[in-house]
Amino acid sequence: MADSFSIDDEMSGRRKFLVAATSVAGGIAGVAIATPFLLSMMPSERAKAAGAPVEVDISKLEPGMLLMVEWRGRVVWVLNRTPDMLASLEKVEGDLADPTSEKKQQPDYAKNRTRSIKPEIFVTEGVCTHLGCSPVFRKDVAPADLGPDWLGGFFCPCHGSKFDLAGRVYKHVPAPTNLVVPPHVYLSDNRLLIGSESEGSA
Amino acid sequence: MKKITIALLILLSTASFSVIASEPGMPLDRAPVDITDDASLKRGAETFVNYCLTCHGASYMRYNRHRDIGYTNEEILEKLVFTGQKVGDLMQSAMRKKEGEEWFGVVPPDLSVIARSRGADWLYTYLRAFYRDDATGTGWNNLVFDRAAMPHVLYELQGNQKLVVKTSEKGDQKSLVLDQPGQLTKADYDKFVGDLVNYLVYLGEPHANERKKLGIEVMIFLFGFLGLAYLLKKEYWKDIH
Amino acid sequence: MSNLFNSMIGWIDKRFPLTSNWKAHLSEYYAPKNFNFWYFFGSLALLVLVNQLLTGIFLTMNYKPDASQAFASVEYIMRDVDYGWLIRYMHSTGASMFFVVVYLHMFRGMMYGSYRKPRELLWLVGMCIFFVLMSLAFTGYILPWGQMSYWGAQVIVSMFGAIPSVGEILQQWLLGDFTLSDAALNRFFAYHVVTLPLILLVLVFVHILALHETGSNNPDGIEIKENKNPSTGIPVDGIPFHPYYTVKDIVGVVVFLMVFCGIIFFAPEMGGYFLEYNNFIPANTLQTPDHIAPVWYFTPYYSMLRAVTVNFLGIDAKLWGVILMAGSVVIFCFLPWLDRSPVKSIRYKGPLFKIALTLFVISFFVLGWLGTKSPTPLYTLLAQIFTVIYFAFFILMPWYSKIDKTKPEPKRLKE
Repeated sequence: MADSFSIDDEMSGRRKFLVAATSVAGGIAGVAIATPFLLSMMPSERAKAAGAPVEVDISKLEPGMLLMVEWRGRVVWVLNRTPDMLASLEKVEGDLADPTSEKKQQPDYAKNRTRSIKPEIFVTEGVCTHLGCSPVFRKDVAPADLGPDWLGGFFCPCHGSKFDLAGRVYKHVPAPTNLVVPPHVYLSDNRLLIGSESEGSA
Repeated sequence: MKKITIALLILLSTASFSVIASEPGMPLDRAPVDITDDASLKRGAETFVNYCLTCHGASYMRYNRHRDIGYTNEEILEKLVFTGQKVGDLMQSAMRKKEGEEWFGVVPPDLSVIARSRGADWLYTYLRAFYRDDATGTGWNNLVFDRAAMPHVLYELQGNQKLVVKTSEKGDQKSLVLDQPGQLTKADYDKFVGDLVNYLVYLGEPHANERKKLGIEVMIFLFGFLGLAYLLKKEYWKDIH
Repeated sequence: MSNLFNSMIGWIDKRFPLTSNWKAHLSEYYAPKNFNFWYFFGSLALLVLVNQLLTGIFLTMNYKPDASQAFASVEYIMRDVDYGWLIRYMHSTGASMFFVVVYLHMFRGMMYGSYRKPRELLWLVGMCIFFVLMSLAFTGYILPWGQMSYWGAQVIVSMFGAIPSVGEILQQWLLGDFTLSDAALNRFFAYHVVTLPLILLVLVFVHILALHETGSNNPDGIEIKENKNPSTGIPVDGIPFHPYYTVKDIVGVVVFLMVFCGIIFFAPEMGGYFLEYNNFIPANTLQTPDHIAPVWYFTPYYSMLRAVTVNFLGIDAKLWGVILMAGSVVIFCFLPWLDRSPVKSIRYKGPLFKIALTLFVISFFVLGWLGTKSPTPLYTLLAQIFTVIYFAFFILMPWYSKIDKTKPEPKRLKE
């Protein structure tokens, strides 16, 4: 009595080819099946709708005041800077890590000293570029804890990162880059749209 | 008091359900459904937001989903959104639930998946089967949904229908005749309702077209794979004797 | 390259029995060479299990087990989540296909006597898998919180109320409330996604271990292990599972996927049988739909539940219905001891068994069909008749299997 099968140790050319072809087709099928599953984890239509651009009325924003807006679940600050505040921007530049905003942390139209479209109105995400805490707005000049050189800015309580009034990061702090300026556009003089650069997607 | 009224109305509506179930039921007309016809879907969508969305929501559907049927965001805002909502918002009804309960005795049902529960043919027949009936609160009745809480919101277009009952040995034969013509001819009204029902079918499953398209690709792949797998099996089973 | 591979395997083998398990369960697991069409459904059940686990995990990422949000979260998956519709249809179709495959798998066992000695435990573990599967289907069906989910669950849970004296308190304990509500939805969700799948996985593992201990049965119903090649120790009618049955099962898998994908992409509701029309209406605790029927795979048992209309032996009809329904499933467990035939396979059994099995299958289908209909006096009578036939298949088996005229089993598998 013999076995019902006889298998060669060496596969024939035809067998090799068929194994390879089926494996490749199976691999394609595997990738094709994985794709919808992985895509299903992207932000859904609801998340996208909730993250839609936000319209802000800044007509009541007094000079020196900070307005907090929520966009995509994150805080966005709108700061109306006083002439003194604007003047401070130039004075602190020697202490800043990236005073000319070379790193792409802002749209091109905000790559200037004030990091804004209108000089006085500063729009930025209130999220520290170190590890995501929300810094505190400290407009008081030369307070005891921040030293005599402090001309106003943002201070992160988590790990002590410091930013000036244009969100530019100081040297020798944990945060590596300036605060992020989100895309924004003026719909009219006092109506600001955060999260979009075109008026149509309101 | 209000609770009692609602309970009564619910009782009444269930009672009428059982009447329909025990009758052979009115034969349903076949709805002209073609969810690949964007023009028809757009006409239906505009009818829907104008006539239905006042009372009914479609609250699982987002306005911007309508780009599936060929709208741009700007067109959606212009043609479909009336209540100052954003393009990514859900299609919620303008009416509050409480108001609906006060006006109609029941909250008008959400219509997102109505075509999946009722079926297109039922909706198509229902929307064309309203007739004048002074015995009901709204002054309207319906041949496929007896004592429907909904009044005939499209009557200006369809006109008034009247119930005619012919009695024979087989039982009562109910039919409707147009008493007073509306703004549309019968053929135009049927087409109007057909577009609306077509839209409701799309609304029930906005991905249906994409589903079928993907399905064809998958089936073609599987056919190819079957050939390979079969050859592979044949090749290996040469070893068996 | 192959040297590196071999030394890697060697490294693992010293620490984990990889090669020995590969051999024991695949490349040197010898299966009868005459497997036919019916032998695809075991591996297909495994495939559907993987499908359910995978799609289920992704559904839980977006589903909300909350009575006020559940229905909306399902539609959210269907519309707002990228490819959520595909994942949901894969899961809902998979649920029905699981039963298709498992019913065919069980029928195969009944035809070829796969429950007989030495595979009694294998069969019992399989029955446990079937019970868990039914519980999974039931708890899963509640989750969309549509009208059918709600009222179907209401009916099933009310059956526990039929149990004398403890029924009512048991029902409340199951529901965590005085009626079917958010509390029940929440805990049934826990059973559906954690408890039951874990039990199922363990049972499937045990099922496969038990199978590989006794070896697979085959359409001839003879033991290939009793006839080994003296020089190699391999059963003369056996062939290695891998590669021969792996390549064969791939063909089966592809054909199955064509059916499966055909449903998912072109008829996901399957005419109202896989996704019922009334379940597209959110659960309304005040109003029962005018016609309720369970999903198709439960309809045969549901028919038996309502077939009893008279009280007898001092037990009321409601409890009899519950007893019959439970009995109709549990009775499969006794098959190994009910069958007294000298042969296993239907190929060598006599006409009595063939007639009995045919009648059983017919009654299963008729009861299934009746379960989808509203009861009328005629339908109730039919349900009663076919319930009797259904049970007669099992209860009379010791008698008819013994006196049946069988043919002698061959020594070797037929080609």
